[in-house]
Amino acid sequence: MSSLAVRKAAPAAGTTPGTAQGPPLRRRIAFVPTLTLLLGALYCLLPVAWVAIAATKSGRELFSTFTFLPGTGFAENLKDLNAYRDGVYWKWMGNSALYAGLGALLSTAVSALSGYALAIYRFRGRETVFNVLLAGVLMPPVILAIPQYLLLAKADLTDSYASVLLPLVLSPYGVYLARIYATAAVPGDVVEAGRMDGASEWRIFTRIALPMMIPGLVTVFLFQFVAVWNNFLLPYIMLSDDEKFPITLGLFTLLEQGANAPALYTLVITGALLAVIPLIALFLVIQRFWSLDLLSGAVKS
Amino acid sequence: MPNTKLGRLVATSVAVALGATALAACGSSDDDSRADSGPVSLTYWSWTPGMDKVADLWNKGPGKKDQITVTVKKQASGDTLVTKILTAHKAKKAPDLVQAEYQALPTLVSNDALADIAGEAGGVKDKFAEGVWQQTTLGSDAVYAIPQDSGPMMFYYRQDLFKKYGLKVPETWDEFAETARALKKKSPDTDLTTFSANDSGLFAGLAQQAGAKWWTTEGDKWKVGIDDAASQKVADFWGGLVEEGAIDNQPMYTPAWNKALNTGKQIAWVSAVWAPGTLTTAAPDTKGKWAMAPLPQWTDSDNVTGSWGGSSTAVTTDSQHKAAAAKFASWLNTDPEALTALAKEGGIYPAATTAQTSDAFAEPPAFFSNQPDFYTKAADIAKTTAPSAWGPNVNVAYTTFKDAFGKAAKNKSDFGAALKTMQDDTVADMKKQGFEVAE
Repeated sequence: MSSLAVRKAAPAAGTTPGTAQGPPLRRRIAFVPTLTLLLGALYCLLPVAWVAIAATKSGRELFSTFTFLPGTGFAENLKDLNAYRDGVYWKWMGNSALYAGLGALLSTAVSALSGYALAIYRFRGRETVFNVLLAGVLMPPVILAIPQYLLLAKADLTDSYASVLLPLVLSPYGVYLARIYATAAVPGDVVEAGRMDGASEWRIFTRIALPMMIPGLVTVFLFQFVAVWNNFLLPYIMLSDDEKFPITLGLFTLLEQGANAPALYTLVITGALLAVIPLIALFLVIQRFWSLDLLSGAVKS
Repeated sequence: MPNTKLGRLVATSVAVALGATALAACGSSDDDSRADSGPVSLTYWSWTPGMDKVADLWNKGPGKKDQITVTVKKQASGDTLVTKILTAHKAKKAPDLVQAEYQALPTLVSNDALADIAGEAGGVKDKFAEGVWQQTTLGSDAVYAIPQDSGPMMFYYRQDLFKKYGLKVPETWDEFAETARALKKKSPDTDLTTFSANDSGLFAGLAQQAGAKWWTTEGDKWKVGIDDAASQKVADFWGGLVEEGAIDNQPMYTPAWNKALNTGKQIAWVSAVWAPGTLTTAAPDTKGKWAMAPLPQWTDSDNVTGSWGGSSTAVTTDSQHKAAAAKFASWLNTDPEALTALAKEGGIYPAATTAQTSDAFAEPPAFFSNQPDFYTKAADIAKTTAPSAWGPNVNVAYTTFKDAFGKAAKNKSDFGAALKTMQDDTVADMKKQGFEVAE
């Protein structure tokens, strides 16, 4: 991965005109881009390292010992987190997994269907629909949270799992991505051939187009999963029962306990560290699909 | 009340979103507090830790008899919760009971979110100090909430280090300034304390002690007195100390602040009754080395304090069972059993005066085991709490305070100008919201 990154970054950084044109004969390490990337990596990883190290510190050590000196309280922190309100943390973790997993799955399914339809079928108003969707991509979801709350309140659905899941189902960005991907990955000829052979539209979609779209849909799924996992405002507005909270919201209640109870920093930090693990695991598992994506692209062109 | 960036972000985004939807203000609320008969079930939004356990006491005891069941839904505290309550209220879905900080009450009342429970709960008035109770009536005949906890302000100092540096506990603010200067002379690297602009409640409390009245009504107009003489006196006092370098100008609740307290680089803190909890996490190595004294006074003959923090229990206009909700709120904040449980589970300092000297407060906080009469002293100080005057946009004033005073403290510049900014921005916002403001 790193060698690929270095080669890709070299022309972009524009070091010498020689390296930018054509493949270099001898692989040289380009110092400036490498250094830039290393700095970037450091910038991204340092906060993670901070969380990982801070999670090992006991409350007494947290602010008094050197920042990057591991502490002795990790087991204690885990135990406290586990004991907090009878293990409600794991409930939050489960809720987050449900919201992110099911929400991303539903939204990927919807995105796949609508993206495919927008890419393959020609119908009146197609561009209008697409342009409206594009406008939706630009609209920050924060603005929608309150109107969505008021709508769902009319349907008496607030403070339920559905209140968080429903608004997630339609993701303009997902549809947009799926359409772009379907346009590129599903050739019109193949669809036409399927029709010639008498396959129904549904069959063409599920048996022919869908497998071709998988790498793109994985991307949509992953984007949605991460977005929902980190989402804060929507569940904050929708939910009032802390048994239904996702992890972001739960940790927030640990921080803001009012003046009489100090913020439970050690628990929040440990909780945040644990909350990152599923995301990392997901990325590691799904990475395979992405390399497939790169390969298939290369073969086709 | 550590105010997180996240919290502010949420408040801002919710405010933006609320503005964007441009919802028409909701009309009159249907006021059908029908006579409660049959089982009633109430929901209660609260951030106090362990509130569910206190509600269980009710559900198994008096609540069972009256067939009133209370379900606690734990929330995050702060301005964000006020916005959440208002959003829910727009959809007529606010819970029956909410916990609200005193300074948030006018905002909630002016949005018609809180019910007047004078009829049901007015009888508990004499259980509370005058200055505390008055915050729940907003100076009217109505009662919009029952006080739960209060935060009378006090002066905390490192007993051992005061002795080491030969300092006397200041009884007036002049002595306070002298103490800060004397310490600087003896140990230039040590600060008496810091002026922090990241929690507006501190400055509001100090101004309140000096006699400031930030929001008052004149006829049917609001009058904003944020830059009145009393507040100016307080601003100039602290601004002067910061400018001459007698005290530090770094914000509170940061890791650096924790470290300064923990290592004895800062040896005093102007805070409120809940300080022991904060010190326990901020400065764990200093256990048993602190002591509490009354807040320094402006003149020798004075004996007043401000309040910083504290909250109340309110019944919303959306509740279908206002009488039942008011009954629970009264029990929660006046019943000895409930208050003892609140102190034990939630670590609150009760607003009810009898509870302040109850068995639950016989022992000092563990962090202050060296001061056995901590709570006796605290109860005496609590009685001297000055009345406070909150208005409908405290959040705006607080945000401007953080920005203007934060900048002034950092640059060691004129605090008076910062106060003027705070006044102007607050008045401008009230006018924008459609309140009539007297000049």
